[in-house]
Amino acid sequence: MEATAFRRRRQRDLLIAAAATVVTACLPRFLSVYAQNILILTLMYAALSQSWNILGGYCGQISLGHALYFGLGAYSTALLFTKLAVLPWFGMAAGGIIAAAVALALGYPCFRLRGHYFAIATIVIAEIGYLLFLNWDFAGAATGINIPMRTNSWATFQFPRSKLPYIYFALGFACVTWLVTYLLENSKWGYWWRAVKDNWEAAESLGVVVFHSKMAAAAVSAFFTAVGGSFYALFVSYIDPDSVMSFRFSLLMALPAVLGGIGTLWGPALGAAILIPVSELTRSYIGGTGRGIDLIVYGALVVIVALAWPEGILGLVSRLTRLVARAEPRRAPR
Amino acid sequence: MLTPEIVIQSLASGLLMGLLYGLIAVGLALIFGLMDIVNFAHGEFLMAAMYATFGLAVGFALDPLISAPVVAAALFAFGALVYLGVIRFAMRAKANIGMVQIFVTFGLAIVMRGLAQYFLTPDYRSIPNSWLGGKTVSIVGIYLPAPQLAGALVSIAAFAALFVLINRTDFGRALEATREDAGAVALVGIDKNRVFALGWGLGAALVGLAGAIMAIFFYIYPDVGASFALIAYVTVALGGFGSVFGAFLAGIIVGLVEAATAMVLPASLKSVGIYAVYLAVVFLRPRGLFGTI
Repeated sequence: MEATAFRRRRQRDLLIAAAATVVTACLPRFLSVYAQNILILTLMYAALSQSWNILGGYCGQISLGHALYFGLGAYSTALLFTKLAVLPWFGMAAGGIIAAAVALALGYPCFRLRGHYFAIATIVIAEIGYLLFLNWDFAGAATGINIPMRTNSWATFQFPRSKLPYIYFALGFACVTWLVTYLLENSKWGYWWRAVKDNWEAAESLGVVVFHSKMAAAAVSAFFTAVGGSFYALFVSYIDPDSVMSFRFSLLMALPAVLGGIGTLWGPALGAAILIPVSELTRSYIGGTGRGIDLIVYGALVVIVALAWPEGILGLVSRLTRLVARAEPRRAPR
Repeated sequence: MLTPEIVIQSLASGLLMGLLYGLIAVGLALIFGLMDIVNFAHGEFLMAAMYATFGLAVGFALDPLISAPVVAAALFAFGALVYLGVIRFAMRAKANIGMVQIFVTFGLAIVMRGLAQYFLTPDYRSIPNSWLGGKTVSIVGIYLPAPQLAGALVSIAAFAALFVLINRTDFGRALEATREDAGAVALVGIDKNRVFALGWGLGAALVGLAGAIMAIFFYIYPDVGASFALIAYVTVALGGFGSVFGAFLAGIIVGLVEAATAMVLPASLKSVGIYAVYLAVVFLRPRGLFGTI
């Protein structure tokens, strides 16, 4: 009985994802360019937050330094493209691999740290990366890199005339990170990660290799975060250390997962779908004065949601469904 | 060229700055030790204190040295209010308590920055004429900037007072007891909420004191807290979470390392030395220098 219910839930998740993808793919025709921009950012953050969620949510290693991987992806793509004329697709792959390798190299010493010592180590390492890029002349230092826009082309991933290709790529990216999470969630690694998160000592005593679990989560998480960075660099066609590597960014990546439901399959997408439009709309409608009202609204929203629904919005949903289920009359056991 | 004079000179200013870093960080360490919360709005508390000092200097012609106690008292009230109005509710979260605390204090930081931008504009400000601003003191041939020297002395005095407060008073014992076991203290008649509120007040008052001194020699703008907050987190973690006096020593180390790094690397990279020392220390001692948690 349990197994069937589980399989049914997995099938339901897959169906919802397929339906959501189809609806989103049809959406852009009805949207203004401005709204399309918001859609792209929403999809990108859904994917980034899903990537963060693999390490921070499922495996429970709160990284506040993912801006490093995002920046590595953005810089690898931009540097390879502008300096060596390497097509962005290869740059994207290179960025992902570099970020995963860096994550493994950093994970080796860092995963011995726990709790706040780990979180602060991730901040500090990302900050070192930020400062190095800020002073690295070859990579444009503080002025950053401008990627010159030429013609519409999938080969160079440049579309000066239309936002549609960016939307489809971002949608595909969100789908891939979702699907990877969906598959990993139910694999050996998924179970190991949750065991490490809940009680690493107990997990280790039961034969879970805690260190390898963390390393695997870090590599997957960093790889997709860097792919997101590559996409962002190509989308905005200008990057500098502040826009792709600052600490603020690490928190922004984690936020949708936290507000949607940390360590859950749907949390990041749900959180991004609410958070990004709200933040963009407040910024353009009441932030135009440059006087920070958008910050006040956004910050207050974060505080209120975190206080009201500590398990994220999904926690609220499951609490509501439980209430509804309780209200139904009990059936007699067969 | 690095002559011995230059080395001594910059290490001396590093030491003074380090004592100030300790004073900025100790409030964070205190609150963390008490209730396991990293306050991500700590830098914004510093920013608020700097603006308060600026306001008193411009509006009432009070020198920062005079207004420092007033600012500290105001920050005390503010810190206690933040606990009672916001953090108290974050402590009640049944799930995800770590993330809830991070993001509640992060949201608070964003709101505070937004408020500063709205009411005070993003302009850079500085206090025009203060008693110590721009002056230097010469001690056996080493020139020390007067504001930083005053900050260092204030920091030493504050740590001494804090030592007495924690070890010799009933409030200090209540603080220690609540830190040990917040649930059990109710049995001996200690109101946990009251101690937490006072702890937040005290932590904020300490950073308020630091902010009042910093306002003498630092530009004041809405984002000023961010860079100091990061140094404060690193200082607290380097000293070891849960250790108030670890923060003192770690502050000094951070100040010295920063000064030493600035001698060999470009000025914009001076923080790299601090971060590298933090990593080196926690890789060898995963609980910081004096950490208990």
